[in-house]
Amino acid sequence: MTDLVSIRRVPLMKAEHRRARAEEATARGVATVAGWTVVVLLAAVTIFLLIQGLPALTAQPEELPLGVSLLRLAPPLLFGSLWSGLLSLGLAAPVAIGVALFTTQYAPKPLARLLGTITDLLAAVPSVVYGLWGLTVLAPLTAPLGAWLATHLGWFPLFAGEASATGRTMLAASVVLAIMIMPIMTSVVREVFTQAPTEPVEAALGLGATKWESIRMAVLPVSRSGIVAGAMLGLGRALGETMAVAMVLSASPLHVTGSLVTSSGPGTIAAFIAQTFPEAHGLELNALIALGLSLFAVTFLVNAVARRIVSRPSKGIS
Amino acid sequence: MTQTILPTIHRETTTPIPAPISSDGPKIAITNFSAYYGSFLAISNVNVTIEPKQVTAFIGPSGCGKTTLLRSINRLHEVTPGARTEGSVRLGATDLYDPRVDVAAVRARIGMVFQRPNPFPTMSIRDNVLAGPRLQGRRLSRSEADDLVESSLRAAGLWEDAKDRLRAAGAGLSGGQQQRLCIARAVANSPDVILMDEPCSSLDPISTATIEAMIVDLARNYTVIIVTHNMQQALRVSRRTAFFSTDGASRPGRLVEYGDTMQVFNAPREEATARYVGGHFG
Repeated sequence: MTDLVSIRRVPLMKAEHRRARAEEATARGVATVAGWTVVVLLAAVTIFLLIQGLPALTAQPEELPLGVSLLRLAPPLLFGSLWSGLLSLGLAAPVAIGVALFTTQYAPKPLARLLGTITDLLAAVPSVVYGLWGLTVLAPLTAPLGAWLATHLGWFPLFAGEASATGRTMLAASVVLAIMIMPIMTSVVREVFTQAPTEPVEAALGLGATKWESIRMAVLPVSRSGIVAGAMLGLGRALGETMAVAMVLSASPLHVTGSLVTSSGPGTIAAFIAQTFPEAHGLELNALIALGLSLFAVTFLVNAVARRIVSRPSKGIS
Repeated sequence: MTQTILPTIHRETTTPIPAPISSDGPKIAITNFSAYYGSFLAISNVNVTIEPKQVTAFIGPSGCGKTTLLRSINRLHEVTPGARTEGSVRLGATDLYDPRVDVAAVRARIGMVFQRPNPFPTMSIRDNVLAGPRLQGRRLSRSEADDLVESSLRAAGLWEDAKDRLRAAGAGLSGGQQQRLCIARAVANSPDVILMDEPCSSLDPISTATIEAMIVDLARNYTVIIVTHNMQQALRVSRRTAFFSTDGASRPGRLVEYGDTMQVFNAPREEATARYVGGHFG
């Protein structure tokens, strides 16, 4: 048995703790450097975009891609990015919420696990594969649908204009994007539903609520900000997605139309950069970088808005 | 032995339990009832008849299945994955486990107050109280709703504290007030029975005293069944007491003794009851 009395007491003087203090300093140092690295990286990227992008602002239109000024080039592309992002969000959000509800509230455990794995697998498919699939399978598949919509519902802005024969439309691109952002949204929302406290759910059931009523009363209200967070994360991904959109969407970059079925709609910034970059030189490169900067700003804005919504407490609202 | 039981002193110092206004109302008859979690038998073969319009206490050591039995009375036990039951629980003439019975309706008729106060966090005090009637699809006019909110909050002793902030969030109340809000919410459903699962275990002594007084009051109009770890509480609020026990952590709980609270505490028929209420066990 250890003689407790004879064990050396912890010394009170700092000087006798040299080793512990050295470790303390190292840990703090490493963590601090890591923290600041992020800031430096972000600053470096922003400065790069600004310095390289600015010359394009004042350049003559004929020196730039498509022979138009940046102010003429950027807005339609920004619109295209946001439009495709919002459309895919609109398509993916209900599915993601539904899948998350099913796996957390309704499905038996083994099925829920299987579905979770499958959604994660969807996230693991490379975007170029989604692009190929969208181009070769989905686009031809949606072409007749687009034609039908344009013929019969052409008066409605979403289906206005001449339908694309190839199906490489905003419709196909949004569906591909929706499938790509659905997994991340599902996993965020699933996590949010799992974290919802069970006590109010039992309270609702105890008052005579059905399963769905208990979800509506006690799960969805507390999950609101988490659902928004998941949606914004998905939107961020959709805005930045390059390869799949570049492959699926056939665009006329200077056109602004909300129509889903024509092949003369706007492109997206990311896809436009990817497609134009290989043959760009001189100020054209600067213009592409400036476009990148504008996308960066928009994505940043989306994130900021999402942050505000998420940090707003969901208590006290009824 | 019975002379040394302390809690009897407290019974004298609190208000005597008032006689029920009327003792009519449906009895609860629990017959050959067992409840399982998966293959684990939590409580085995219980036979108890609970009298209307009085407080019945379920006491016993942890793991004796008293909460499981309580949650079986309004069919909340089956919400737990893998949970199942055998035997019957009758409310009046209706077997609550009859497949033709609507589970949601059972829970509306048999309200529940939980161990931890659980008001709906995103709802106001008023909306919390009205949650049950709204679920039942009752269409209330503005003034009917106001009346129901007031009478329910009064029954739960919360009216004076809450009347000026009915639109405020229920989550902003203190722990004891939240629990009273939960009781008001249960009352607003005009149930036959109110089940209480250790309703005071997370509260301070003053809130506990308030709620105990209210429980005694509630029994004038409702059948109340309360699970408690606090034997003095059982003595203070209940007319009848059921003592449950178990022979070990993995063994099923069982009903040991059921009778008038005074008899169970002062003249227990079973040795196990005597040891438990005497504080020698559990």
